[in-house]
Amino acid sequence: MLIINCPYCGARPEVEFRHAGEAHVARPAGTESLTDEEVVDRLYFRSNPKGMTVERWRHVHGCGRFFNAVRDTVSDFFVTTYKTGEPKPDLEALKAGAAK
Amino acid sequence: MQPFSAFNLFRRALGGHTSWQAQWRQPSLKSEYDVVIIGAGGHGLATAYYLAKEHGVRNVAVIERGWLGGGNTGRNTTIIRSNYLFDESAALYDHAVKLWEGLSQGINYNVMYSARGVLMLAHTVHDVQSAQRHIHANRLNGVDNEWLSPEECREFCPPLNIAKNIRYPVMGGALQRRGGTARHDAVAWGFARAADALGVDIIQNCEVTAIRRNAAGAVEAVETTKGTVRTKKVGVVTAGHTSVVMGMAGVRMPLESFPLQALVSEPVKPAFPCVVMSNTIHAYISQSDKGEMVIGAGTDVYPSYSQRGALHIAEHTLDAICELFPMFRRMRMLRNWGGIVDVTPDRSPILSKTPVPGLYVNCGWGTGGFKATPGSGNVFAHTIARDEPHPINAPFSLDRFRDGFLIDEAAAAAVAH
Ligand SMILES: Cc1cc2nc3c(=O)[nH]c(=O)nc-3n(C[C@H](O)[C@H](O)[C@H](O)COP(=O)(O)OP(=O)(O)OC[C@H]3O[C@@H](n4cnc5c(N)ncnc54)[C@H](O)[C@@H]3O)c2cc1C
Ligand SMILES: [Zn+2]
Repeated sequence: MLIINCPYCGARPEVEFRHAGEAHVARPAGTESLTDEEVVDRLYFRSNPKGMTVERWRHVHGCGRFFNAVRDTVSDFFVTTYKTGEPKPDLEALKAGAAK
Repeated sequence: MQPFSAFNLFRRALGGHTSWQAQWRQPSLKSEYDVVIIGAGGHGLATAYYLAKEHGVRNVAVIERGWLGGGNTGRNTTIIRSNYLFDESAALYDHAVKLWEGLSQGINYNVMYSARGVLMLAHTVHDVQSAQRHIHANRLNGVDNEWLSPEECREFCPPLNIAKNIRYPVMGGALQRRGGTARHDAVAWGFARAADALGVDIIQNCEVTAIRRNAAGAVEAVETTKGTVRTKKVGVVTAGHTSVVMGMAGVRMPLESFPLQALVSEPVKPAFPCVVMSNTIHAYISQSDKGEMVIGAGTDVYPSYSQRGALHIAEHTLDAICELFPMFRRMRMLRNWGGIVDVTPDRSPILSKTPVPGLYVNCGWGTGGFKATPGSGNVFAHTIARDEPHPINAPFSLDRFRDGFLIDEAAAAAVAH
């Protein structure tokens, strides 16, 4: 079981959380002029990276709030977690940091 | 290829079994092939076999980064059934079951297909209604599936606990008698041997690192750790790694990869006659011919390539197994392991052409593609050889997401095994 650091409550066991999909998948503006490809890409297509991923979690059995996390999908190591609304971290910089 | 037969077995026994040839060659990679299949799991090997056998395409390489059959093919709990809800799925999975029935003879290799029956338990009123709906839909499609009362379930599977006071009481079950199991390794080895005999080169310990496209955007070569291979057609059959490999050609996929785990017990005498599945409480069990109880769990809740599942997921499954089959409560587990399964939004696979000319993809089998191995290879070979889908896999295109023609077995079953 993983230990996940909720930005509001601190480190808690994985069973308190629910994974909520890839983060920063924004709904494009101007829905009426989008192509089918743009709509379907946001709905169904995911980057599914092997390595650093940016994802949403929800602390369902805790504060109940959504937040974002950067995790390595090979080791499952959580690089960082941060509050919803904060910008997506620079993954290249994080990778360089993790390599040290 | 030396055929397996009673006579040959006897003849080579006289020589102390020293005169058997290797089951397949260890060829070196050529610089050009008509078709390159990436991934030597059951689906990739079956594709190569049917390309050679049914379409006369024999200048084929199957490129595998590890050892053949070492992916999900060699890690799964081998449940075979075809009682899916939708017409498209019933056609695809039943095509596979029909091929399983003659496969050992067809490839002259005993894949130990055993139609011992798959019983899917219902624990809630919703389960009962959903099972009944599946049974009716299956019958309309000519796929066998029948309803058993709790007592009939226990008669079919004597170790089953049908007491009313347990946490998830058994309210009945849907039984597909033609369902069952097959020996996973034998499926990979049998297809490898048969494809090799038809001239297919199986290249192991060779990772594909790039897919090169020409100025018109079409596939022209793949780069591997053993060098560059020119080819006009590439079939990607890499299960959990499909997003990574398709990314090499610049194609995004509607997939997420999750760890799925299984475990086996110490071997015991024959004690369990059939396959029992419970989608509601995530427990899947059968007994292998070696005597081990083969138990499948659910996926982890977050995407990962770590290839091992979380402990609490396995505990949850074992809770269910111990309650449904009290006689296993003191049984020891020998090993557990994980695979990486590629899951689509509608839990149906993708067997399709792609926006890149010459690039084909067979993926998205998620937690339940072993059962489809021969059928998948058969229709995917057709798709590659003719550059158009077989009628059975036409609905399983990549375009279905854009066009809104999902085959939503996810909503139908909650879990697809
Ligand atoms: C624990 C578990 C239990 C399961 N239980 C069942 C079940 O009961 N019934 C059922 O029907 N299904 C089940 N499944 C699902 C089933 O195992 C898969 O759907 C099926 O085996 C997929 O076969 P495949 O040939 O597509 O993939 P795999 O066997 O995974 O083969 C893909 C191959 O591609 C190779 N590869 C990846 N990247 C590269 C690269 N860059 N270059 C070269 N090669 C590469 C991999 O090494 C691998 O060998 C289960 C899966 C798991 C993990
Ligand atoms: Zn919290």
